[in-house]
Amino acid sequence: MIKFKENRLKAIFQNAGKKLSIYFTAGYPDLYDTIPILELLAKSNVDFVEIGIPFSDSVMDGEVILNSHKVALENGMTIDILFDQLEKIRKKISIPIVLMGSMNPVYQYCFEEFCRRCHEVGVDGLLLPDLPLDDYEKYYRSSYQQKNLAPIFMISPQTSNERMSRIDALGEGFLYALSGNSTTGGSSEIGKSSDYLTNLSNHTFRNPVVLGFNIKTKEDIQFAHEFADGAIVGSAFVKILKDGFDKTRIEHFLKQLI
Amino acid sequence: MNYQVDENGFYGPYGGAYVPEVLFSTVQNLSQSYQGILDDPEFKKELSRLLKLYVGRETPLYPSPYLSGLHQTNVFLKREDLCHSGAHKINNTLGQVLLAKRLGKTRIVAETGAGSHGVATAMACALLKLPCFIYMGEVDMKRQFPNVERMRLLGATVVPALSGSKTLKDATNEAFRDWINNPVDTFYVIGSVVGPHPYPDMVAQFQSVISKELIQQVPDLTGKEVPDYVIACVGGGSNAAGSFYHFLDNPAVKLVAAEAAGKGLDSGFTAAATFRGKSGILHGSKTKFMQTNEGQVLEAHSISAGLDYPGIGPLHAWLHDTGRAQFVAVTDEEALDAGIALSQKEGIIPAIESAHALAALSHLDFKPTDVVVVCLSGRGDKDLETYIQYSTSKKSSHDQI
Repeated sequence: MIKFKENRLKAIFQNAGKKLSIYFTAGYPDLYDTIPILELLAKSNVDFVEIGIPFSDSVMDGEVILNSHKVALENGMTIDILFDQLEKIRKKISIPIVLMGSMNPVYQYCFEEFCRRCHEVGVDGLLLPDLPLDDYEKYYRSSYQQKNLAPIFMISPQTSNERMSRIDALGEGFLYALSGNSTTGGSSEIGKSSDYLTNLSNHTFRNPVVLGFNIKTKEDIQFAHEFADGAIVGSAFVKILKDGFDKTRIEHFLKQLI
Repeated sequence: MNYQVDENGFYGPYGGAYVPEVLFSTVQNLSQSYQGILDDPEFKKELSRLLKLYVGRETPLYPSPYLSGLHQTNVFLKREDLCHSGAHKINNTLGQVLLAKRLGKTRIVAETGAGSHGVATAMACALLKLPCFIYMGEVDMKRQFPNVERMRLLGATVVPALSGSKTLKDATNEAFRDWINNPVDTFYVIGSVVGPHPYPDMVAQFQSVISKELIQQVPDLTGKEVPDYVIACVGGGSNAAGSFYHFLDNPAVKLVAAEAAGKGLDSGFTAAATFRGKSGILHGSKTKFMQTNEGQVLEAHSISAGLDYPGIGPLHAWLHDTGRAQFVAVTDEEALDAGIALSQKEGIIPAIESAHALAALSHLDFKPTDVVVVCLSGRGDKDLETYIQYSTSKKSSHDQI
C-alpha cells in the first residue's frame, strides 16, 4: 500500500502551537471572490483554509452556509471553475487548502479525475462528510493516496471510541471533530457536550484533532484549544461576506479572532 | 436476480447509507435492530391489531367495471384510499412510530410533500403519544393547505421548509437537518422507500401489507394464483414497493411503475427520475435522480405534490436497471383526465398521485383474460381544487372552440 507522504497540510501540524482554520464557500459572495479571500487568509495568521464546494442540497449545513451555497451556484460556481481559480493563485500562496463538500458533485465529476485535478492545483486535503468509511476503503483510498490528498474524516459526540480509532487509522492530516450534534452555524453554545470533549482530549490519536462547528469568537477558539489541536471558524466568517467582499471588514474580523 | 436488500444495505449498486458521522451510529443501530423488532411476535401482533382496528385493513380489491370495459381486460383497484388517513402512508407511519417507541425515542420528525405522509405521521403520533414535527415545503403548504390544518388539528407542529425549491426535497433536507441536530432522542419517520439503509427496506416491509393481502384476494376473486400486472405510481415509491413486494421474485407478475412526466418528459418540468435522472447520492442513498452535469439536484415538477420529487428509491432504481419493472411516464394532463373519469364513471375520486397509475393503463396492451391490479394509493379529497381548476379551464377552452 502506498503511504501518504508529507504535504503542506501535514507539515503545519509538525510545528507546535494550536492551529486556526477558516472555512468559506467557493464562488461567494461573487464568483471570483474565492481568489482575493484566499490571498487575504494566506497573508493572515490563519494556518490553513477549508473551501466549500457548493451543493444544492447540503444537509450538513445551517442557514448561513446554505445561503452561501445557493448564491455561489447562482453565480455559476462549478468544480472546474474552482480548480481554475486555485491553479492561478497556487504559485503565490503556500497556505494548506482543504476542500469540503457533499459527495454527489465529486461523484459526478469522477472521483479519480477529481483527485488528479486536486493534486494539479495544489489541494492538500479533502473532506466529504457523507462519504462512508467503507466506501473510502473499498473504492477511493488509492485515488487519495496516489495524489497525496489527505482524507479528512469527522468525529461526532455519537462516535464510539472504537470507531474513533478506526477513523484515526484511516484519516490523514487531521481529524475534524464536531463541537456537538449540529449542522453548521447552529445557535447552540459549544461546551455543552463536555463529557465528549473530555473524552476526545483523553483519547490517544495518531492525527491532530481540530474542532469545528459553532465556533464564532476568540473565546470559542480558546475553549476549543483546551480540548483539541486547532479550531475551525466557518459560518461566522461566511456571515461577514454577506454584503460583498470587504478587505477591511475581513481583516478586522480576523484580528478579533486571533 | 436478487431484489431484496443485501447485508450491506444495497440493491445492486443502489442504496447504502451515505450519512454524515453525526448520524452514523443512529443509522447503524437502526439497521442492526429493525429486523429483530419487525419479526418480534409482540410487535407484529400490536401492528396488525392497529392495522385492522385503527386503519381499517384489509382494504378491498375492487373489480372496476368502468376500467375493465375501457381497457378490455379485468382491472381491479386495491383500495388503499380507504385506509384511515386517506392513503397507504399510514401502514408505514404506524410501523415506524411503534418502532421508535421500542427504541426509546421521544420525539418524531418527518417530511411531507402532499401532506399525506405528514397527516399519517401526525395520526400515529397522536395515537401513540409522541410529539411530532412535520417539515413541509412552503410551496406545498400553500397548495395542500387542508392537510396543513389537519396536521395541526392532530397536534403536530408543521414547520415550513424555506430552502431551495420549497417542496418535498427541501422538506426532506430540513428533516435531515433536524435529525442531525437531535440524533439521540429523535426518530426520523421517512415517508417513502428513500433515505439511508435501512429505511428503503424497512418502509418497503411496512408497506408490503398491500401485496400480502393481494396474495389472498387475487385468487379469491379471480381464480388466478397471481395477478398478471401490478401497477402503481412512483414518487419515492412506497406504495409501489408495497404493491410489488411479494411478487418481486415471481416473473409471471409484470410490475409497472407510473412516474410523473409533469408537463412532458422534454418540457423541463418533469419528475420522471428513471427517464431524466442518473445515478448519484441524495438523501443518504445512492439512487437515480434528476441532476445537472455538475451533480446539482434539479427541481422536479408534477401537478401532484406527492410525486414532486427528483428521485426514486434505490429498490426502484434497481428494478428499472434490471428490467424487473416497466417504467411508464404519465403527464399531468393524462393523470387529471384519468382521475376525473374515475370520479364520474365509478364514484371514486382518486388522489392525483394514484391517478398516474390509472393513466398508465392506456400505455399498456392487455389480453382480455389478464388480471390487472392498480394500487389506488390515496383518495383525492386533498386535490379537489386542482381537479376543479383543471376541468373549469378545460371546459372554457372547449367552449371557445
